[in-house]
Amino acid sequence: MPREDVMKWLRTQFMPHIWCPGCGHGIIMHAILRALSSLGKDPDKTVISSGIGCSSRMPGYIDACTLHTAHGRSLAFATGVKLANPELTVLDVMGDGDCSAIGGNHFIHACRRNIGICAIVMNNNIYGMTGGQASPTTPVGAIATTAPYGAVDPPFDICRLAIGAGATFVARATIAAPQMCETLIKKGIQHDGFSVIEVMTHCHTQFGRKNKRSRPLDNFNHFKDRTVMKAKAEGMTPEDLADKYVVGELYFDDKTPEYTKKYEQVIERAGGKPR
Amino acid sequence: MPRAEFWQGNKAIAMGGVDAGCRFFSGYPITPSTEIAEVMAEELPKCGGKFIQMEDEIGGIAAAIGGSIAGKKVMTGTSGPGFSLKQELLGYAYIAEIPLVCVDVQRGGPSTGLPTKVSQGDVMQARWGTHGDHATIAYAPSSVQECYDLSIRAFNMAERFRQPILIMADEVIGHMRERIVVPDASSIEIVERKRPKCSPDEFVPYLADEEDDIPPMASFGDGYRWHVTGLTTNDWGFPTNSAPEIDKKNRRMLRKVDRFREDIVAYSAETYEDADVLVVSYGCVARSALRAVRELRSRGVKVGHFRPITLWPFADTELENMVTEYGIKHVIVPELNMGQMFLEIDRAIHGRACTHLKTLIDGELFKPTQIMSCIEEVI
Repeated sequence: MPREDVMKWLRTQFMPHIWCPGCGHGIIMHAILRALSSLGKDPDKTVISSGIGCSSRMPGYIDACTLHTAHGRSLAFATGVKLANPELTVLDVMGDGDCSAIGGNHFIHACRRNIGICAIVMNNNIYGMTGGQASPTTPVGAIATTAPYGAVDPPFDICRLAIGAGATFVARATIAAPQMCETLIKKGIQHDGFSVIEVMTHCHTQFGRKNKRSRPLDNFNHFKDRTVMKAKAEGMTPEDLADKYVVGELYFDDKTPEYTKKYEQVIERAGGKPR
Repeated sequence: MPRAEFWQGNKAIAMGGVDAGCRFFSGYPITPSTEIAEVMAEELPKCGGKFIQMEDEIGGIAAAIGGSIAGKKVMTGTSGPGFSLKQELLGYAYIAEIPLVCVDVQRGGPSTGLPTKVSQGDVMQARWGTHGDHATIAYAPSSVQECYDLSIRAFNMAERFRQPILIMADEVIGHMRERIVVPDASSIEIVERKRPKCSPDEFVPYLADEEDDIPPMASFGDGYRWHVTGLTTNDWGFPTNSAPEIDKKNRRMLRKVDRFREDIVAYSAETYEDADVLVVSYGCVARSALRAVRELRSRGVKVGHFRPITLWPFADTELENMVTEYGIKHVIVPELNMGQMFLEIDRAIHGRACTHLKTLIDGELFKPTQIMSCIEEVI
């Protein structure tokens, strides 16, 4: 059972949740709620935005200001919320398809703007809700219903994409290390700029079933066996790292000003009064 | 003090919005509506408002919805292809009941079509563009003055009815410059959205007041936690699969507009009382049509003009009553499309007069002489 302070953030009336038994999304939600609670965040001033998909059902279970938007568009909605009221703490929870396929444009531009939103990408390498189609993070050769002979398209590295596009806090964790998830999410929420925390998770139902990871435990072991801390990865070759998950704080920059603060300067330059 | 200005239609739409209390604009550059964004980028920061140029058209309306949920009066603007792209999230704003104003400065289509030339080809998309049933409120300005006035009215309606309101301008009206009178700020009637009066503990986000079928709206951050979704919901704002709850939500969403139809429907008409022929036109076409009607009147031809100001809801009973009461024999509809509003006008008239369609789809504007010829052909 979650701690009492974490339970306060849950809409328990909607339990049981829609996720399959053994799904990693619950571990991530728990880490997010522990982070919010330990930071003393006020649910009345906390917005959790999402798109469409299994992971995007998360805000429905969280007792805060929650915004379940359209597929891929959550960061654009969240950008409007944050710009309209910069005092709000804004989190955006999304899946790999939401983030890097249909919402890819919104993702890179949110990174570029460095707007104060904490994006948590739940990467399970597949479209789970629609039944296991290949996503932009499905590994080459993996089987999906739309890649029955193995995926051909090379996958995105979401963290490298985020760093390249201008996000100022980028980190990766796996669901095999929930404590690390919580720590990195906490840092991401505290960061004054656009932060991206990619959490590697699994869909044993739709991905694992076809790729020899059909039990939740297979996936925990998969992540544990392939996790490499950032510091150690720096001494490894690309070949050694090919099938590994480099975790930890991958990029941090606290010099670049946050977007809504820059916009306050626009208002000043225009002779208006900041809100 | 009221003041005279010489403004472009697009500028008048933007300035009307600012004067109505718009403090958030998000959009994407597209001809022929870009000037709305440019004016907003300049004007909004002056009054503490926010402008953001988004990465695409969908982001433009998405951010506007976010801004509205956070408590601002919001606008987005676009043209042709951009209006097509915004359809899905217009549907989101209808179902989640989020106030916003969306401007479409129409250009020739389909697709990239005629970016710099005029058309009225989006008027049915305005009505039915997003999937599912929804109650469209759409205005068609016919002058720069009306761009300003209807922009204010659109904001008032958006805040009152908690839904998107469309301003269906066109390239000619958007780019035309003419004299307008900007009223004194204190004389402008401003409607604010209805806020919850209950405590946050008692707040049921989509429980509508019986008097108007409209639920009070809280903003994120003001102490009322609620869930916003594009799924069909119950009164608590959470997704439902219960047939009675689905029916209740869907019917209320339409009823909240339908029952106040009289407050919404707007049109203007002239010289119809003894007319044999009535020209029905809107937007920029109404300017050519009025010139033609007045010219022929001066020569003794019994012709009148009817101009819908709200395309949706359409003034159908008003038009039918006029045709019946004054024994109008012919109704001529010149349109810059293949007869989109003509279908609605023909339906409204119920065969009480002969209806004639005059189409123009070459990107040009009707000349008054073309409409005069149509009138002369039927008398």
